[in-house]
Amino acid sequence: MTSVLITGARPYGEDPVDVVLKDGRITTVGASLSVPGAERLDASGLVLLPGLVDLHTHLREPGREDAETVETGSRAAALGGFTAVHAMANTDPVADTAGVVEQVWRLGQQAGLVDVVPVGAVTVGLSGTQLAELGAMADSAARVRVFSDDGHCVADPSLMRRALEYVKAFDGVVAQHAEEPRLTVGAQMHEGERSARLGLTGWPAVAEEAIIARDVLLAEHVGARLHVCHVSTAGSVELLRWAKSRGVRVTAEVTPHHLLLTDACVEGEVDGGVRTGAYDPVFKVNPPLRTHRDVAALRAGLADGTIDAVATDHAPHAVEDKESEWAAARPGMLGLQQALSVVVETMVATGLLDWRGVADRMSVRPAAIGRLDGLGDAAHGRPIAPGEPANLVLVDPGTRAVVDPAALASRSRNSPYAGRELPGRVVHTFLRGTATVLHGVAQK
Amino acid sequence: MRQHLLEAADLDRADATLVLDTAAQIDAALAGREVKKLPTLRGRTVVNLFFEDSTRTRISFELAAKRLSADVINFAAKGSSVSKGESLKDTALTLEAMGADAIVIRHGASGAPHRLAHWVRGSVVNAGDGTHEHPTQALLDAYTIRRRLGRVDGVRVVITGDVLHSRVARSNVRLLHTLGAEVTLVAPPTLLPVGVETWPVQVSYDLDAALPEADVVMMLRVQAERMNASFFPSAREYSRRYGLDARRMATLSDDAIVMHPGPMNRGMEIAADVADSARSTIVEQVGNGVSVRMAVLYLLLGGAPE
Repeated sequence: MTSVLITGARPYGEDPVDVVLKDGRITTVGASLSVPGAERLDASGLVLLPGLVDLHTHLREPGREDAETVETGSRAAALGGFTAVHAMANTDPVADTAGVVEQVWRLGQQAGLVDVVPVGAVTVGLSGTQLAELGAMADSAARVRVFSDDGHCVADPSLMRRALEYVKAFDGVVAQHAEEPRLTVGAQMHEGERSARLGLTGWPAVAEEAIIARDVLLAEHVGARLHVCHVSTAGSVELLRWAKSRGVRVTAEVTPHHLLLTDACVEGEVDGGVRTGAYDPVFKVNPPLRTHRDVAALRAGLADGTIDAVATDHAPHAVEDKESEWAAARPGMLGLQQALSVVVETMVATGLLDWRGVADRMSVRPAAIGRLDGLGDAAHGRPIAPGEPANLVLVDPGTRAVVDPAALASRSRNSPYAGRELPGRVVHTFLRGTATVLHGVAQK
Repeated sequence: MRQHLLEAADLDRADATLVLDTAAQIDAALAGREVKKLPTLRGRTVVNLFFEDSTRTRISFELAAKRLSADVINFAAKGSSVSKGESLKDTALTLEAMGADAIVIRHGASGAPHRLAHWVRGSVVNAGDGTHEHPTQALLDAYTIRRRLGRVDGVRVVITGDVLHSRVARSNVRLLHTLGAEVTLVAPPTLLPVGVETWPVQVSYDLDAALPEADVVMMLRVQAERMNASFFPSAREYSRRYGLDARRMATLSDDAIVMHPGPMNRGMEIAADVADSARSTIVEQVGNGVSVRMAVLYLLLGGAPE
């Protein structure tokens, strides 16, 4: 395998260095390196980060290959700077057996653009009544460590307790979709001023917060690891801060869209006195877009580490599932290709995180939560240092571009950022020393 | 007027007043006529697209369009439930291809008229969408108030009932505020939306305290089944605390009127002797509905009156 010499890249946005990649690993990091026969890649001005790790994507395969496949989702991920993504279990059939998680894992290896790490369902068929064979999934080739009924809350407190306890045997973690189902019957958007005016059934913040409060206490009681998916409210951030101060083994993620967008999106825009775009289901998502106050609290929580990770909740949907009345549309938005840009816009440009912080929240910590950091050759979220696997992304931080959904690699088009100008372009991505993206173009 | 009438907020004070004035002109023009028909919209096509059963609203719009000499097509999209989401867009494109000049839509999903307006070139009139709005109901209510009391500005209106689920309440709050009325909402706290404190209204849980100050009492339909989701304990308790009966009606000022958008639950939110009293405008509201809907269709499709 030939070597790659990356010149002039700025690790974590710091002083420029040259980096040599060979046989899947970083071999040298230093100034003015020269490697005979190496492919040279001029990365002057680009920020070098460890390959990003997503704890939360929906790749829709098996079952809804019209919306996304492992391959198309992998391509979107690579173009977004990711080298590993966790694929959620709510496929059809549900990823609740060793067979299904191994199938998804193999499809990911075949696509070869990112490591696709399957998430196993907590309960059989996501039904919330009986534990799935968590141990079989953990022992399978897919090596599942994250378990989630995402899309559904593990609402039964007794079952949740057992799940938290059971996965301790293989150092697993339960990733909870925190939504008390009895408080969100028919819910369509954040419950507040705008839901009242728009006549859409409210999804109250308390439905999320009540479950988080319960689950951190359960995790503390049984000494288990808990991960909270897509935290969306200011109250949730406060609860997590409190739990962490008590030493509860809880981690949490926030989505790019909850860092940027608010429930004002549902009202559309007023232009020349005429309101357009109201009730556009591209903004329908679960948990819903919240208020400016929540956005500020989420950013602050991500900045101070109360929230550990940014996770996309990339949720592709076919056109017919989005071009409809609001209530009929499915919840979810694309996120893989714009995640880093949104973090640059909301966290870096605002001074809340530096590039080391971005690497921590989008690579190091999510990899640690998913236990991908200790996998030797297959590890992710490792430092940019000699001997480490060469999973890297190079970002042009200055370039701003308008998002065009038609140009995205996903099979679906439901991007909430359509027409929005965002900073930060992923230029190159390397998976174990091989370029998956070069000059913004996927290599497979 | 704008291209569409999707919600009461589409109307500023001048627009809303123009609709009411136009309705009055239409009433005057047709008064005493044997043939109650104007040639204004001859050759134009109005489609009534009703995804929910609502005979009275559909008939009112149909009559309004016919009295303006428009061609009217009733498209009862029954069975096209919200779960078959795609059908709305397909239906919209079909009607578009057939050259509908205006689509009057009733739909169970809040915001459906807004989506429809996004897909078609003709005018869209919201005839009630989910728990969002019903703007022509608010216009006919304002028209009724103006005819009875001579003005809307400064009139004190008490709206009582299931505000949470009521599109009539949302449209009335917005339109009456635009026209300068003072609105008080009275309901059990469970039937007021979270966020109501941002509306331009007073909120009270006590109907008896609100009635003596009212010029208008507008009763909203309350479905007895709401008790199954614990919005209130029983129909009897609801009626006792928030129903308008003869005793409560007697505490109103002499000129105060009683309104109801229909259909009524007699004995639930309104007693029969109140509904049939001289204060009641309920039947008048129905008649005014046709005039106001004529005015809306005329202004959207025909331009301003001479």
